[in-house]
Amino acid sequence: MSMSEKETLMNQLNEASFALDEAVLFLDTHPCDEEALCYYKKCAKMRKEALKAYQEKFEPLQNDQVEACEHWHWVHEPWPWEKGGNC
Amino acid sequence: MWNYEKRLQYPVKISQPNPQLAQVIISQFGGPDGELAASMRYLSQRYTMPYAECKALLTDIGTEELAHMEMISAIVYQLTRNLSIEEIKESGFDKYYVDHTTALWPQAAGGIPFNACEFQSKGDVITDLFEDLAAEQKARTTYDNILRLIKDPEICDPIRFLRQREIVHFQRFGEALRIVQERLDSKNFYAFNPEFDQSKCK
Repeated sequence: MSMSEKETLMNQLNEASFALDEAVLFLDTHPCDEEALCYYKKCAKMRKEALKAYQEKFEPLQNDQVEACEHWHWVHEPWPWEKGGNC
Repeated sequence: MWNYEKRLQYPVKISQPNPQLAQVIISQFGGPDGELAASMRYLSQRYTMPYAECKALLTDIGTEELAHMEMISAIVYQLTRNLSIEEIKESGFDKYYVDHTTALWPQAAGGIPFNACEFQSKGDVITDLFEDLAAEQKARTTYDNILRLIKDPEICDPIRFLRQREIVHFQRFGEALRIVQERLDSKNFYAFNPEFDQSKCK
């Protein structure tokens, strides 16, 4: 089954965000590790780009990213726990 | 301060409801080794933590646990959608349903409500880090027990992800304990409590 563009962009965001989560925890106990610091920078950039790509094309994921004209799109479903959601 | 992001840390997409399994998995929401207790444990312990690395680690793992609580809640929610009264009665879900309908409420699989006594915040860095290491292992065991009970790959997949996170967190807390012990008196780690006896803490 081929993935929709929405799923592909969400997967990219999930992957980049997870890589960043891992880098952050590792750096908390290895704050001087140069290789990890480089990896962190790479992951942070990837996540920023993935978040931007998703939100430009689909619904806002953060409540300061809502295009507040005419309608408040933040209230729109689905929420992450709902079927067919971003989860 | 926290910011919400409208996505799960790892996808949860369960198509077949199963209220019997929901009653087991809910333990990782409000049970003794669940994600709610985990998050509250780390976020409570961090205020008096004396070392920078430990404060950062407790904050970041405590935050990730909130995302895990959301995943477990999503699993329980998806396992209890669109149930008929017959399904509720046959699965034994009626005892939960009578008090909560199909809403999420933190309890253990045996029905015991969430209680702050599930975790400790002792105010002694060695004691608290050992508590955290034990908590990660207890949660890992619970996920192993859950995985023996389920076959559905749609449920196993996010549960396996959560199980792996327990192992990573255990590793990081082990490193934090090493960092702490390196800064204490190697002849007697208990000579003073760096979380209370501040004059001796560097």
